[in-house]
Amino acid sequence: MPTIRFRLNGSDTAIDAASDQTLLAALRGTLGLTGSHFGCGANECGACYVMVDGHALASCDMPLWSMAGKEVTTVEGLGTPEHPHPLQRAFIAEQAMQCGYCVPGILISAAALLQRRPSPTETEIREALDRNLCRCGSQNRMVRAVLRAASEMAAP
Amino acid sequence: MSTSPPAPQLPPSLAANPGLSSWVKFTPDGRVAISPGKVEIGQGIVTALAQIAADELDVDIGRIAMIRASTPASPNEGVTSGSLSIQQSGRALRQVCAEVRRLFLAAASERLGVEASTLDVDDGTMSGPGNVRTSYWELASEVSLDCSATAEAVAKPAAARRVAGQSIQRIDIPDKVFARPRFIHNTPLANMLHGRVLRPEVSDAKLVALDEAATRAVGGFVAIVRDGSFAGVVSETEDGAEAALKALRKGATWSAGETLPDEDDLAAFLKGQPVETRVIDTKTAAAPKQVARTIRRQYTRPYIAHASIAPSCAMAQWEGNLVHVWTHSQGVYMLRADLAIVLKLPVESITVEHMEGAGCYGHNAADDVALDAVLLARAAGGRPVRVQWSRHDEMSLAPFGAAMAVEIEADLDAHSEIVGWRHAIWSNGHTARPGRAAQPALLAATELARPYPRLISSDPPVANGGGSDRNSVPLYDLPAWTIETHRLLTMPIRTSALRTLGAQGNVFAIESMFDEIASILGEDPVQFRLRHLRDERAKDVIRAVAARAKWKLEKKAGIGYGLGFARYKSTGAYCAAIAEIEGEEDIRVKRLTLAVDVGEAINPDGVINQIEGGAIQATSWVLKERVRFDRTRITSTSWTDYPILTFSEAPAVDVEVIERPDIAPVGAGEAAHGPVTAAIANAVFDCLGIRVRDLPITRERLIAAMELAS
Repeated sequence: MPTIRFRLNGSDTAIDAASDQTLLAALRGTLGLTGSHFGCGANECGACYVMVDGHALASCDMPLWSMAGKEVTTVEGLGTPEHPHPLQRAFIAEQAMQCGYCVPGILISAAALLQRRPSPTETEIREALDRNLCRCGSQNRMVRAVLRAASEMAAP
Repeated sequence: MSTSPPAPQLPPSLAANPGLSSWVKFTPDGRVAISPGKVEIGQGIVTALAQIAADELDVDIGRIAMIRASTPASPNEGVTSGSLSIQQSGRALRQVCAEVRRLFLAAASERLGVEASTLDVDDGTMSGPGNVRTSYWELASEVSLDCSATAEAVAKPAAARRVAGQSIQRIDIPDKVFARPRFIHNTPLANMLHGRVLRPEVSDAKLVALDEAATRAVGGFVAIVRDGSFAGVVSETEDGAEAALKALRKGATWSAGETLPDEDDLAAFLKGQPVETRVIDTKTAAAPKQVARTIRRQYTRPYIAHASIAPSCAMAQWEGNLVHVWTHSQGVYMLRADLAIVLKLPVESITVEHMEGAGCYGHNAADDVALDAVLLARAAGGRPVRVQWSRHDEMSLAPFGAAMAVEIEADLDAHSEIVGWRHAIWSNGHTARPGRAAQPALLAATELARPYPRLISSDPPVANGGGSDRNSVPLYDLPAWTIETHRLLTMPIRTSALRTLGAQGNVFAIESMFDEIASILGEDPVQFRLRHLRDERAKDVIRAVAARAKWKLEKKAGIGYGLGFARYKSTGAYCAAIAEIEGEEDIRVKRLTLAVDVGEAINPDGVINQIEGGAIQATSWVLKERVRFDRTRITSTSWTDYPILTFSEAPAVDVEVIERPDIAPVGAGEAAHGPVTAAIANAVFDCLGIRVRDLPITRERLIAAMELAS
């Protein structure tokens, strides 16, 4: 089994993996990081999104070997209760979910958006989240949360 | 003979589970453990129930620990459904906590030597004259809660509540934002194995032969379980289970399945089946008026998928003849009852414990996958087995919300006033939940070598809100009507409870017809509805939504406005919705304005969240959703084939909650779907001048309706 080395949530990581193992399976299985969720296995719902070199990408159909040398951030790497990411604070403040199963992927998409575009318009936020599905109908709350986080991050 | 005053009544959920200790415990760590029988499905119920308990006990909400439902420890509150959790569990818990507080105040009074009426309770500490004090926790060893509720304690009046009625933050949200394991999907058990179940592509095909050789050679292989057409694999790893399933699929030979209906002519299918007909309600005019003409219209809705964002998941572990099941089922006791039938075990041998899943919106595959896990775990040598369904199976094998055809005939007099009304429904029943019948409702039970037949969906009684007939009796004051339902006795496409049961279809039909008649009369749709209502709370939500949406805005080309109204189940929440749509080739819902009255709103932001979510989900149903199938199989098995509303397509949603703190609370989760459906359809007419009576309102349906109109 080849060893794949990459940066995961700021730490050097090396794991042995079967050639066809997906990034999501490695995260949830070998690495025990269950924050990224399985939703469809076909890059259609966004529940498994992780940030790879600044881009929000599906991990459910991403071969692990393709991560070699990349910088990967999962929802666990965004922030902690002690040091929350502004998006995590904003999602709590706006009560931006119902069931919350889609939330890790949406936080990742929003975090990637705010990295490349710190003050997005509402339309840009919606477009950035269009590949993430939310079945409970919490879209508007989530958009408000992203706007709140953006304005907090922009504040001096 | 003297008559005594009527005994005070316990709320039904408490009468069924009267033991106080099954609901409330004071734990040595200074906390209060609250055990409701209802479960969190993303609707915020555990927070609302914690608020009720904190208020009635006078403890800080931070001290409340909400215990997940499990057999046999939790009160048996049936199923978490029907927007009844606040109504049932909330009322029971409020009474329980009032009784517990009273018992403790009596004990405190005795210990401290002061009158109970002079004691104050602040965050669980009771204090009285002379600076005497004690607490729930100090007294806990002296006050036994192993007694039954008496209905003698009286809960606080609305004005004295401090926590209920506040929009406090939900207690489950921080875990979900910081990815702390809370979902069943993220909670592996020690020494756990993984299972997958093989299911046919073709509907109801039987497993004729199974070549197992290749599967046994897959890395991590533990076992194959086969019982008739039920076949599954157990593996050391999840990847191994997936690989083994792939191999098993290659080795499987299936029989032909059953024939499915023609998806393009659902009404003909629904009306052509053997049915059980019931008259739901009739009303005869005191002085029948002359009928000048009758308008007859047919409305349909398709099968709709629950399409939970998470595939269903369960874990099970055998220890001798005892089995422990972890599940996101909406009813742990009901699932247990069905498992007992299939396993031929006494219910006492089965423990069913709830863990959170994703939003389910009704009876999805949560219960099915639990039986799958139990059957596979039998081959796991005492180790726990986790089973997770595929997206494909979730979209094709879980029960769907039933398709409906609704026919309304309205008799109009010479002035086009309604003098008669006939409403007829053709539909499968709207529930086939576990735990209610003598046979199990679980998918795998129909696949075993000695199979149970597929449980044909039935309808709950009218007193419980009905099923296909839910919301079919108009709240409007009409002089005469006949409401009847024709429940299908065949069920080639598996249906069970989906949010609102039949209410979405019935409200769509009634409110579309009302809109059409208002239009014939040239009367404003708001005024037309108000004129036919006697219930002031109903009128209030319509007036409120009209004022909030600034009804009726000036007519602009390409923009339409529509109204929809219902009182959910005729006994629940009042909700009125106004849709603003933009219509060209496709319909875009730009804004939904809603007014809602749930009586006392325990958590107003929670109510708004439910209404917003319901409104957006209903928009998704109306514009996009339709289970697709050919004559042999369900074909909408992915998000590509079963698209739902995206972020860019979600309308702005503006909600007004009419506060009524003195009126007993009801749920909000299903109030919006019917009104929003009708509001969008009526806005389409306002915009384009055409009535679309078959959901979903897609480009093809618009074209078909235009052709029909021309």
